[in-house]
Amino acid sequence: MANEQSNSANPNVDLKYRRKKNAEEMKHQVISFTLMIFFTLLAFAAVGIEGFSHWFIKPVILLLAVVQVIFQLYYFMHMKHKGHGTIALFLFSGLAVGLITVLVFLTIVWI
Amino acid sequence: MQTDERFTDATWPASPEKATLEGKNKYLGFWLFLGGETVLFASLFATYLALKDKVPNGDAALAKDLFELPLTFVATMLLLTSSLTSVYAMYHMKNNHFKQMQAWLVITVALGFGFLGLEIYEFNHYVHEFHHTFTSSAFGSAFYTLVGFHGGHVAFGLVWIISLMVRNAGRGLNLYNAPKFFVASLYWHFIDVVWVFIFTVVYLMGMVG
Repeated sequence: MANEQSNSANPNVDLKYRRKKNAEEMKHQVISFTLMIFFTLLAFAAVGIEGFSHWFIKPVILLLAVVQVIFQLYYFMHMKHKGHGTIALFLFSGLAVGLITVLVFLTIVWI
Repeated sequence: MQTDERFTDATWPASPEKATLEGKNKYLGFWLFLGGETVLFASLFATYLALKDKVPNGDAALAKDLFELPLTFVATMLLLTSSLTSVYAMYHMKNNHFKQMQAWLVITVALGFGFLGLEIYEFNHYVHEFHHTFTSSAFGSAFYTLVGFHGGHVAFGLVWIISLMVRNAGRGLNLYNAPKFFVASLYWHFIDVVWVFIFTVVYLMGMVG
């Protein structure tokens, strides 16, 4: 985790640069939010518009959800930044156990 | 570095949430918790998928009878937007703008309450119109456990963010509370991550059949 402290002799120059960097990052966040809303609209439209088969809709909306969650995790939750290796380990271990549970309940459990 | 030290815009660190050892540990520990939450919600999803539409007789409501597109859509938009407003709050936190951060958090909390209100209306509607209750079927139990657990997380998140805002209202930003605000916003995003799967797997796939 890089701890970006001021290196400049004049903190105001550094401040200007950081403000600009923060504003730029915020712009990326808004873009990823727009994309997330777009994916959501697509998913709702796929279900709302009559005529698509189940076999088409289900995988497509699941894929849209996965893409949206990747945006959420990597942009909104900052996983794209440096120093998130341990964090990724935590999340993906949780995800691995979770997905195996879902797989098991969908295949070898029957009621 | 003193955690209650007063900062100017120029001396405020670029990543205030990770500027202290406590902040760093909190950040890492919180992600460990989120890994555990992932397992918890995945198990609830697995249970729901296994018990979906498992009802005792032909009169009981199934997923495709219950769910409606407009309500789910509005709830989804409220929660997704609240995720963006909390990003705005953290943007102002990094710029040492305490008032703007609080303002965006107020909007986030308001959207969260909107979402929770819709969920309460929805559950009430299912219980009274469809007699779809927690104990009416295995489907009912699995549905209310999964969606209710998420709703409980939203309620907890609201209490959390409001407490932080009230507690630090007169204090302003420092390196003691910056990690607290940051971690609460991470939690809020995680609630959104879970909701993306709920609206897709439970509602949209439920309506498809």
